[in-house]
Amino acid sequence: MSTRLPKLGRLINKDKAVDFSFNGKHLRGFEGDTLASALLANDQMLVGRSFKYHRPRGVVASGAEEPNGLVNLGKGAKFEPNARVTTTELFDGLTATSQNHWPSLEFDVGAINSHLSRFMPAGFYYKMFMYPRSFWKHVYEPFIRKAAGLGKAPKDRDQDAYEHFHTHVDVLVVGGGIAGLAAAHAAGERGARVLLVEQTADWGGRAVVDTPQIDGIPAQDWIKNTVEALDKMKNVDIRLRCMGAGVYDHGYTLAYERLTDHAPDQEGPRHRLWRIRAKQIVTATGAIERPLSFAANDLPGVLLASAVRDYAVNFGVSVGDRTVVVTNNDDAYRTAITLKQAGLDVPAIVDARTKAEGDLINQARALGIRVEMGKGIAKVKGGKRVTGVAICAQAGAGAVLEEIDCDCVAMSGGWSPVVHLWSHCGGKLNWDADQVMFRPDPERAPTGADGEPFVITAGIANGHLFTAEAVSDGWAAGRAAAKAAGHTKRGAQAPMGEDAAEGQISPVWLMPQGASHDLRAKAWLDFQNDVKVSDVQLAAQEGFESVEHAKRYTTLGMATDQGKLSNINGLAILSQSLNADIPNVGTTTFRPPYTPISMASIAGVAKDDLFQPIRKTPISDWSNDNGADNEPVGQWRRPYAYVLQGESVHDAVNREVTNTRENLGLLDASTLGKLIVKGPDAGKFLDMMYTNMMSTLPVGKCRYGLMCSENGFLMDDGVVVRMAEDTWLCHTTTGGAESIHAHMEDWLQCEWWDWKVYVANVTEQYAQIAVVGPNARKLLRKLGGMDVSAEALPFMQWREGKIGDFDARVFRISFSGELSYEIAVPAGQGLAFWTALMDAGKQFGIMPYGTETLHILRAEKGFIMIGDETDGTVIPQDLNLQWALSKKKEDYLGKRAHSRSHMADPNRWKLVGLETEDGSVLPDGSYAIASGTNANGQGNTQGRVTSTYYSATLERGIAMGLVHNGPDRMGEVLEFNKVDGTTVRAKIVDPVFYDKEGEKQNV
Amino acid sequence: MLILNCPYCGVETDETDLHAGGQAHLKREGPGSSDDDFEDYLFMRENPKGVHFERWRHVYGCGKWFHAARCTSTLEVFGTYPAQTLEPPQEICDKISQKRPGWSWGTFK
Amino acid sequence: MSNAISALQGRMTPGEVTIREAGLRGMIILRGDLGNKKLRSVCKTVSGVSFPEQGHANCIDERGLCWMSPDELLVMVPYGEVADAIVKIDKALKGQHYLAENVSDARALIMVEGSYSREVLAKLAPADLHPDSFQPGDFRRTRLGQVAAAFWMQDEDTFEVICFRSVAEYAFDLLAASAKSGPVGHFS
Repeated sequence: MSTRLPKLGRLINKDKAVDFSFNGKHLRGFEGDTLASALLANDQMLVGRSFKYHRPRGVVASGAEEPNGLVNLGKGAKFEPNARVTTTELFDGLTATSQNHWPSLEFDVGAINSHLSRFMPAGFYYKMFMYPRSFWKHVYEPFIRKAAGLGKAPKDRDQDAYEHFHTHVDVLVVGGGIAGLAAAHAAGERGARVLLVEQTADWGGRAVVDTPQIDGIPAQDWIKNTVEALDKMKNVDIRLRCMGAGVYDHGYTLAYERLTDHAPDQEGPRHRLWRIRAKQIVTATGAIERPLSFAANDLPGVLLASAVRDYAVNFGVSVGDRTVVVTNNDDAYRTAITLKQAGLDVPAIVDARTKAEGDLINQARALGIRVEMGKGIAKVKGGKRVTGVAICAQAGAGAVLEEIDCDCVAMSGGWSPVVHLWSHCGGKLNWDADQVMFRPDPERAPTGADGEPFVITAGIANGHLFTAEAVSDGWAAGRAAAKAAGHTKRGAQAPMGEDAAEGQISPVWLMPQGASHDLRAKAWLDFQNDVKVSDVQLAAQEGFESVEHAKRYTTLGMATDQGKLSNINGLAILSQSLNADIPNVGTTTFRPPYTPISMASIAGVAKDDLFQPIRKTPISDWSNDNGADNEPVGQWRRPYAYVLQGESVHDAVNREVTNTRENLGLLDASTLGKLIVKGPDAGKFLDMMYTNMMSTLPVGKCRYGLMCSENGFLMDDGVVVRMAEDTWLCHTTTGGAESIHAHMEDWLQCEWWDWKVYVANVTEQYAQIAVVGPNARKLLRKLGGMDVSAEALPFMQWREGKIGDFDARVFRISFSGELSYEIAVPAGQGLAFWTALMDAGKQFGIMPYGTETLHILRAEKGFIMIGDETDGTVIPQDLNLQWALSKKKEDYLGKRAHSRSHMADPNRWKLVGLETEDGSVLPDGSYAIASGTNANGQGNTQGRVTSTYYSATLERGIAMGLVHNGPDRMGEVLEFNKVDGTTVRAKIVDPVFYDKEGEKQNV
Repeated sequence: MLILNCPYCGVETDETDLHAGGQAHLKREGPGSSDDDFEDYLFMRENPKGVHFERWRHVYGCGKWFHAARCTSTLEVFGTYPAQTLEPPQEICDKISQKRPGWSWGTFK
Repeated sequence: MSNAISALQGRMTPGEVTIREAGLRGMIILRGDLGNKKLRSVCKTVSGVSFPEQGHANCIDERGLCWMSPDELLVMVPYGEVADAIVKIDKALKGQHYLAENVSDARALIMVEGSYSREVLAKLAPADLHPDSFQPGDFRRTRLGQVAAAFWMQDEDTFEVICFRSVAEYAFDLLAASAKSGPVGHFS
């Protein structure tokens, strides 16, 4: 059984017990434990079930590569699925539950799949769920959805805080092992701005467990000294619990700092996402041990040899009392030696190599450990945990030579450098046949903006498995990175490490070499996704020869694994099946993040009220206090209607329409874009921007203008005002303020840069309020100030002066057909001006109105709205706006396009008014049905609705639409489709429904 | 995520401060142009694997448009320059020639 | 006018780093030839500070000049002096090609004051804010969360941030949230 060892446990504080629960069981660990070590210390070998067959699963690893130990963590607002037990630090009150089983971890009905595994081979889903097609949606999809995914999605809102942090550094070092520490030290000494991040809570990486000597002192002491030295350097920042998650173009790197996962009661953000711009990146990310592929290697109790060692040394946990070590290299002997020295039983080291010599082998033998060369494991025995192993000759087919009782198997298939970060941005790999690993090719590093390499890989991650090489390689990498970032100060000498002499590793991809199909069908490559040796072989046989295809067909290395444990073994099996060399088969693509990061960290502070900016006008707060039912218009929230108590929104709209037509309405039009265009060439420029002539507009007057893109399509409209001889004010739509400003700047900067024109966006400088209705003039007269009479300020003119006490620009323009003044005052006085108008307007029946009323008023008058009548494919001619296309001008944006054949086509749909026969409101976006069908068998259409409203003025539905030959078909009745499949009949009419002569606005 | 040097501000700008504007050095065709020339101007674009000239606007900064000479394959940036020009500066062309001998793009070499 | 109010009317969130809306400030967009002697001279006259280099801001109390782009300057004066300042500019630059617009009401000015104000900004903006890279006198237009902003430093612990008036509340809340979540300890 697994239990605590009395002497070991460098990371735990045995004086401080920590209570936690797993599947409701109350358990106890120590401060410094991970959830994995605490579970093992409590003999909880079973931690979950596999994805496909629901096989019992135990902890395999001790770090980020753990595939099995994924649990639900916390409750309610703190709930999180798929927390990795090996990287979850224990804290008091931690609650965890296992995943992917029903009804319980110990008894799981889904485990029946395991017995059916013969019928669920690679590509099972693709084969099974093909036919019949009618089953796709209602049978297969619900089934697959139910089976899909690990863990459960949280149900409650996350209460924690998250943040981003941007920094620019010379050298980013990823990995706080000896190579990373040496790199940071070397770069720091040379004066570079350095950030060193380490994903675990502990410096030193493997060296603290394997305890070699560096600079003549134990690694542990060297690490402590180096960390202290780095702490003192002002130009170096070192961070634990901070993982280099992804390397992107031009040195952009994401790091994921977990601040309070280990201490949930601590103040401050839970996760911090570092958005780093690094001139140089040193990836000292170490290596991951490979499993060996033998039958039943997935049973709980079969662990990586290094993990068994880590649990013993770091946490004082023995995974088993009797551990069989199985290996193809010397490193695993360290595990046997560690366990033996801790007083545990190691019945045998099963070494697949026929011959090997080295210090560690000698030491193991000297401790009296039995070493079996040329042997392998035929199969592991046991159900929910290991009870023994059957030994065979590695060279054979699996004939059992001997059975050994044990409760733990420590396996090592060699080490694979963690090349993920190197590879994210294009770093290439070489196959190192001697060391049996892919390692980064420094000649093919990721390159940055200057075309030069920006990633240097160091230490074990660079294929230097031995201490001396690793630490000096790290030092050299740090120095080179600092130099590449422009720092060349001299520094101290590289540290010197010492190593035991080790024998040569031998590649072992299958154990035994000639394993039968039965054994291969039980030899797991990917524990999480249940991919076995036989699955990859089948994939190859069925033609999935590309490693990327084989991955997707078998699901090898999918989900959280992302190639950490399974990749190399899988592709070695694939290459054998294809009779190809490993380097020719290649690896799958390594994609960020290295291990999953929280979605909340990606959002950072952007949640709840800060999810997105909400723009406010000076009147917005008043509107919100006075019944505004808002609608989003870009990032603005504009009142759709001002709803009174007891009123529906629809009632409010009808009331506002009627009141504005009969009395007086007030609209907050502050969001409309206001662009000042000034300069000797401003007239010429505006003549290019607008389809109609603006240079001839007299000072003091206003003109409605249309803007087309170079493609000829309508993009914006608005009233242009001549402010002075060389100055125009262009009103844009609400959505156009920024985009039309950008559009103007584009043409000025990139095409006509010699024209003397300046543009300034003054949209937010002014609160603009439309005073609309028969009583508008009465209200302004009551406030006093400038003369607003029809004579002094005629329609389509403007004046600057005082309205009451306010400095104002008054534009006599109308988007409603009513007597209307749009008045701009400085934004800081907007609220005061609005309330002054509201107060003074009481006697005239003043009421504020919202955007829906604005729409209805303009639709009653047949005025078009950009975004309703236009959709990026509509030209002015479609809207009968030929009058606004200047014939005098030689050129304007869109003019050339209007003569293209499709634009000049007489069959284009054109604007008309539409009235239903029954007075109902036409559905928005509805199509007019034509006879016959098109080439795709769909019914033909002859028009569509662009705007449709209930008109309280006319007490019926009114609409505008684009109809084939529409203006020539007045009085004709068309059928429009409805969502319920029925149709509604509507007559083509003049789009001006109300006050056709325009008498009301011209008073 | 690219970094481009804004030739107006002189700062290294993050891609999130920029707005991409498509191909640079388009020649405008107005009224009187042939249908083919106008179509080319509106729709036909270079799509190279390698040297490319693009428009970028420092939208969160100075608001100015500039051009970037960039390798679409390696993302190497050969240089950025103000948009008020009909052709890339000679020194940038020379730099490209040095790094990508024999390159050509539209009428530039 | 006496009834003019700033976007957030002096809102403040006190703390180790305090976020405070600074109230009304006179701001003028001036576009023109920044090499022009008359332009440089009138800018100095109305602001009382020396003309800034590319990427810099020279600010003293409520007066200052900020380099916005190669042909744009932000002129800052007390709110009540804007009209006079524009008159002076118009007079000095008569006959030249330029644009001077009052944008005082289009903006909000937010102070970030306290020991880790640098880090509060670095949580939100992609600019390099390391003390070796950004100091009083430097001026940066960039992004703050999801909106455009510009900032400069009064002293080692104080940033002045400007943004558009419509997003003043968003920018303020962003800064306040970032201040509340504490120091990162990266720049110190």
